Amino acid sequence: MPPLISRGFRGRREDAPAGRVPPGQYVTRDFPVLSAGPTPHTPLEEWDFSIVGEVDEPRRWTWQEFRALPSEEVTVDIHCVTKWSKLDTVWQGVSVDTLLDGVDTAAEHVVQYCDGGYTTNLPLDDVTGGKAWVAFGYDGEPLDPEHGGPARMLVPHLYFWKSAKWLRGLQLLTYDEPGFWEINGYHNYGDPWQEQRYWGD
Amino acid sequence: MDALMLDGNAVAGLLQEVFAVEMTTATVSCNTCGAINAVGALHVFRGAGIVMRCPRCDSAVGTIVEGDKRVWMGFAGARTLQVSL
Amino acid sequence: MAGTALLGRLTWKVAEVVEIVAETPRTKTLAFDVPGWPGHRAGQHVDVRLTAEDGYQAQRSYSIASAPDGTRLELTVERLDDGEVSPYLTDELRRGDQIELRGPVGGYFVWEPAQGGPLLLVGGGSGVVPLMAIIRTRDAVASDAETRLLLSSRDWNDIVYRDELERLRHDSLSVVHTLTRSRPPGWTGYARRVDAQMLAAVGPSPAQLPRIFVCGPTPFVGAVAEALVQLGHEPHRVKTERFGPTGG
Repeated sequence: MPPLISRGFRGRREDAPAGRVPPGQYVTRDFPVLSAGPTPHTPLEEWDFSIVGEVDEPRRWTWQEFRALPSEEVTVDIHCVTKWSKLDTVWQGVSVDTLLDGVDTAAEHVVQYCDGGYTTNLPLDDVTGGKAWVAFGYDGEPLDPEHGGPARMLVPHLYFWKSAKWLRGLQLLTYDEPGFWEINGYHNYGDPWQEQRYWGD
Repeated sequence: MDALMLDGNAVAGLLQEVFAVEMTTATVSCNTCGAINAVGALHVFRGAGIVMRCPRCDSAVGTIVEGDKRVWMGFAGARTLQVSL
Repeated sequence: MAGTALLGRLTWKVAEVVEIVAETPRTKTLAFDVPGWPGHRAGQHVDVRLTAEDGYQAQRSYSIASAPDGTRLELTVERLDDGEVSPYLTDELRRGDQIELRGPVGGYFVWEPAQGGPLLLVGGGSGVVPLMAIIRTRDAVASDAETRLLLSSRDWNDIVYRDELERLRHDSLSVVHTLTRSRPPGWTGYARRVDAQMLAAVGPSPAQLPRIFVCGPTPFVGAVAEALVQLGHEPHRVKTERFGPTGG
């Protein structure tokens, strides 16, 4: 039985230019807060960011060192698998290319790991070549803890569960290791333009 | 404490839709700390999917992902589930 | 809990609006007729689903406000200014309109008359809704279970079901208000957020083994539940229903 249409119900949706919105998505002006767990609160003096795994030498930055790296402002659209998209979001962050500069590796995969234990996996190619940033600012302000601050991953070409909040490092691997949601039903890759939301899509 | 957090009864409808029995009075033991709680007392977070956490140790006891015609339930963090018939 | 398991797959049912009542400036009670409604228990809720013409859907849970009454059920909805569903329900819905709902659901946050008392019901704002279902059910079956309601509201005009609670007040049903934002002239009642002191003064002692139900916005429920446990109430006797960051 098809669902009943409720007279006059529209929901809070915005219209969007053709071609900007992947299939099955709706545009919002809000910035919904979605979280797999309680918000961590790591003091900046204790925070660090690391590159570990299939590398000659692990790398590590304290907050000061991380903020001293070259950073940039980017404007991107983001798409959540729960069907909302937000257009023209403005972030400040360090390109993952900068973090991996000079790193010698045979790895083809990467796992993002975070405070609170969340993980998500990606091909290394999907975070290099100007496709990903470790973001510390949103809309000109320091990134709110509820949105992943002090720093989160930003990989706008994939569904947003692939942009981990409360990011603490990247583990480079020669094999693919599905992360928290990939193990539990979501698609291993997650391309919104091919609507790869769930297993088998 | 997180303002976003809900109780297990927030997913009562979804669980009953899948299991065909009332599930919030089922009890589940946490694989990490051993605490036994009613499913209704678990702490529920809405991320990309739903995460049900142990109220004592915060470990993820279960996850729910809702697809268009499929539902995935993960119980890796649970040891035993007890349901009354 | 003999005979309380609800068996069978849940399906979405069509509910037709039969009556709309403004409770406070921001809250309305919507009465629905739901053909095939199996009845419900106090404390249970329904999931409401709205579908737009292009297929867009939104879903929210609402506690049932009414005592069981055939195919009729009532929901009391607080209008959240930036909400997606509540403004539709409070501003747009008219008698004769139809929505979909699924339920009743929830066996954990439930009071059955056979369980008796003493009962301590603590509500924050629209968290009073399932507690009212408990109070109305208690009244409908003429239960004499000793019941105390502690209700936190912003101000006098924001108290949901205020007049009905006044009428139902009785030897065995006490109603205590606390107003957190502003008070009417001459107010001598509580004027602060619910805290351990207030709970100790208003509620039964832990030794009386009360059944406690706490409902409202998540921060409210967390603070109250913690205070109750610190006062010595057993955690498993404190049932909580968190509404999320802003409430109903």
